[in-house]
Amino acid sequence: MISSGSNTLSRWPTDRLLLWLLRGVATIAGAIVLLIVVFLVVEALPVLRHVGVARFFTDPSWHPAEGFYNLTPMLWGTLFAMVGSVLIATPLGILSAVFCHYYAPPAIARPYRRLIELLAGIPSVVYGFWGLVVLVPLIGAIRPPGPSLLAGIVILTIMILPTIALMADAGLANVPQQYLRGAAALGLPRWATIRGVVFPAAKSGLFTGVILETGRAIGETMAILMVCGNVVQTPHSLFDPMRTLTANIALEMAYALGDHRAALFVSGLVLMGMIAALVGAADWISRGRIYG
Amino acid sequence: MRPSAPTPGTQPWFPLDERPACCVPKPFIDVEQLSLHYGQKPAFHNVTLSINQGCITALAGPSGCGKTSFLTSLNRLTDLIPGCRLSGRIHLDGLNVLDSHTDVIHLRRRVGMIFQKPNPFPLSIRKNLEFPLREHGLRDREQIAITIETGLRDVGLWDEVKDRLNSPALALSGGQQQRLCMARALMLSPEVLLMDEPCSALDPLSSGVVEDLIVGLRGRYTVLIVTHNLAQARRIADYAALFWIQNGAGQLIEAGTAKQIFEAPREPLTTAYVSGMRG
Amino acid sequence: MVKTMARNLDGRELLALALVWSAATLVTATFCWLFGDILWHGLSHISWTFLTAPPRNAGREGGIGPILVSTALILGVCLSVSVPIGVGTAILLAEFTTDASLFGRLTRRSLDVLSGVPSIVFGLFGNAFFCKTLGLGFSILSGGLTLACMVLPILIRSTEEGFRAVPTGYRLSAAALGLSRTTTLVHLLFPAAVPGLLVGLVLGVGRAIAETAALIFTSGYVDRMPESLLDSGRALSIHIFDLSMNVPGGDPNAYASTLVLVVLLLAINGTASWLAERWLHQRIVTV
Repeated sequence: MISSGSNTLSRWPTDRLLLWLLRGVATIAGAIVLLIVVFLVVEALPVLRHVGVARFFTDPSWHPAEGFYNLTPMLWGTLFAMVGSVLIATPLGILSAVFCHYYAPPAIARPYRRLIELLAGIPSVVYGFWGLVVLVPLIGAIRPPGPSLLAGIVILTIMILPTIALMADAGLANVPQQYLRGAAALGLPRWATIRGVVFPAAKSGLFTGVILETGRAIGETMAILMVCGNVVQTPHSLFDPMRTLTANIALEMAYALGDHRAALFVSGLVLMGMIAALVGAADWISRGRIYG
Repeated sequence: MRPSAPTPGTQPWFPLDERPACCVPKPFIDVEQLSLHYGQKPAFHNVTLSINQGCITALAGPSGCGKTSFLTSLNRLTDLIPGCRLSGRIHLDGLNVLDSHTDVIHLRRRVGMIFQKPNPFPLSIRKNLEFPLREHGLRDREQIAITIETGLRDVGLWDEVKDRLNSPALALSGGQQQRLCMARALMLSPEVLLMDEPCSALDPLSSGVVEDLIVGLRGRYTVLIVTHNLAQARRIADYAALFWIQNGAGQLIEAGTAKQIFEAPREPLTTAYVSGMRG
Repeated sequence: MVKTMARNLDGRELLALALVWSAATLVTATFCWLFGDILWHGLSHISWTFLTAPPRNAGREGGIGPILVSTALILGVCLSVSVPIGVGTAILLAEFTTDASLFGRLTRRSLDVLSGVPSIVFGLFGNAFFCKTLGLGFSILSGGLTLACMVLPILIRSTEEGFRAVPTGYRLSAAALGLSRTTTLVHLLFPAAVPGLLVGLVLGVGRAIAETAALIFTSGYVDRMPESLLDSGRALSIHIFDLSMNVPGGDPNAYASTLVLVVLLLAINGTASWLAERWLHQRIVTV
């Protein structure tokens, strides 16, 4: 918007001082990511060096005390929970945004939006606790043991729903009014307008929302740790207990030493890689390449 | 309407043909071969123009021909616009304006500016005036109060606002806001005043009041005014310059005394413009 | 032919109507269930003693006094570090860099990535950097600093929005009056950008107070009253986690603590949005 042409600031010592101060502070802020990556790599390096990358996928099991470092069950756990929750939360969240914009009477839409905003701020430990004391026994009653992939998916869905709902809400709000007026002038009914005009126009906002919720689903730790049972195994049914990468770190970090600790940092690196890929995808969308 | 309108400035108002001695031409600003680009897009090209001291010079022409950009390059406000490049020379009373060593803050104190849309700060009326004064080193409270009163009297605003100096400036009417902005600029005693269509956002009555104020500045300040309003330019200007878009960039077509431009234009474009056929 | 089409359309419209309303009802019902459950079980345990007393018997009995103190201290450390850095960065990004500048682009990109980093990774980083490398150990200081890194992107983004919402006219007219950038910033832009800053602050506090995973290996588990910032201190969210996962019979107190946490979050949100509104209003009326 407004730039500092190199000489706008000249001759004014306070201006120059301020600029250098701001630059210093911003450098700190910008360097944190770098610092995080550096520390993850440094801490993970020993195990990467004497165990190698391949064994994280080919070892018979995850028994760090005995030198087995297979991360694949946890990777599957993270993946299943993420895919399941994103598949449920996305339509629900988008429908709930549609509800706010096009279906609800104003007297309901406002409080409903406030409710969703409120939910976005509820801590994950609260969701986890509720899942543990309410949801898990319910699932256990249907099919024991209770702590399971299903519980994880449901809790994750509830957690990421506000994210996609709010993003979709913002996306729909950005659809130009004249599109809607145009559709109305053609005599299109409500849903046809939404499907044919609103969704295509709001596409990039909706996709960004999906990416954000996916990020949240991958990174979630406490809630999923509290409801999934944390058995290291690739789940074969919705009712099997399982463990995610994040939960694994949270559970074992407290006592991990040496190569074991380093292996946990490796899983941290894997998580960072996933997030970086998502940020890249979001960037790709925001540059408009997904249109067309 | 004109003779009955109040003339708040101290300077007497002169009819068109009896211009004051200010118009003994003495160049104050010299612009040579000035061009301005926004990124790759030229705004105006190769403008060479002398502005005489103490006179009112009107810049006229259709919109988008670089008049406003020309104005903002004189106080280097263009520095604030990303991707904006100036080339050529501007000398203001011997000061090389475009030199990178020129202290722009000092420059802008010498060259005040009034914008198209009145833009008082979201502060009280008093704060709007007091804050720039303080920034320019005036600390004495009494002195500040005196300067504020004089400044407001100069623009005929004192009687209207003296009882509510602490109320927000944004609550004033458009015309009052614009006069406040003029007071704010004039209090810093600039030598040059740049005005970018100062009346165009105002209703006709306020516009008349502001116009009278501008006329009152003659002789004390070197005034450059961008205007779309030919009748206005004719009423107030000593000199006029016509800008036009040619080859995708603004060009200076013709400059001269207002009388010559409006009564005996040399260029066909000017003839067409002042007779209302183009633009 | 036309008639069938119309009926088809009608059917689709009705189905959509039903779907949209049931989605909204499902969402609302789930959350009413959640809130109702917490309120129902939590309210009976809340008392002044619960809020002030130290926990006993691993938290099954007693209160959460020291835990609230630790939470406040962690939050304090977090804000006193993140606010100056965040506001400074936001000012630089909004006022002193263009979208084209390399420094601005790099900073923005790295903040984008930072905002997506999972909290458990912040925990790993905090443990490795603040606890181990800087030698702060499991302490309130380590926890607060880790959280500061975490809330920075939120704080910066909304403060930057605040600055960008200030009309360009202010900057131009201030520059035309020959005011320095510093003066313009301090006297004009900053006051006008405060609402954005406040919103960022609230969002940041919300995220910080809700955080658990990043604190487990940085501020630690100790539930005693902290005596200095270098002591380990248990945050409220960790207390809830510990009670529900590791302490059989800890559920009643976990419910009560959850209620406290939720109420705290609601109160912070409410106060700040009220403040922001009031402040905005006031600015126009009196200043």
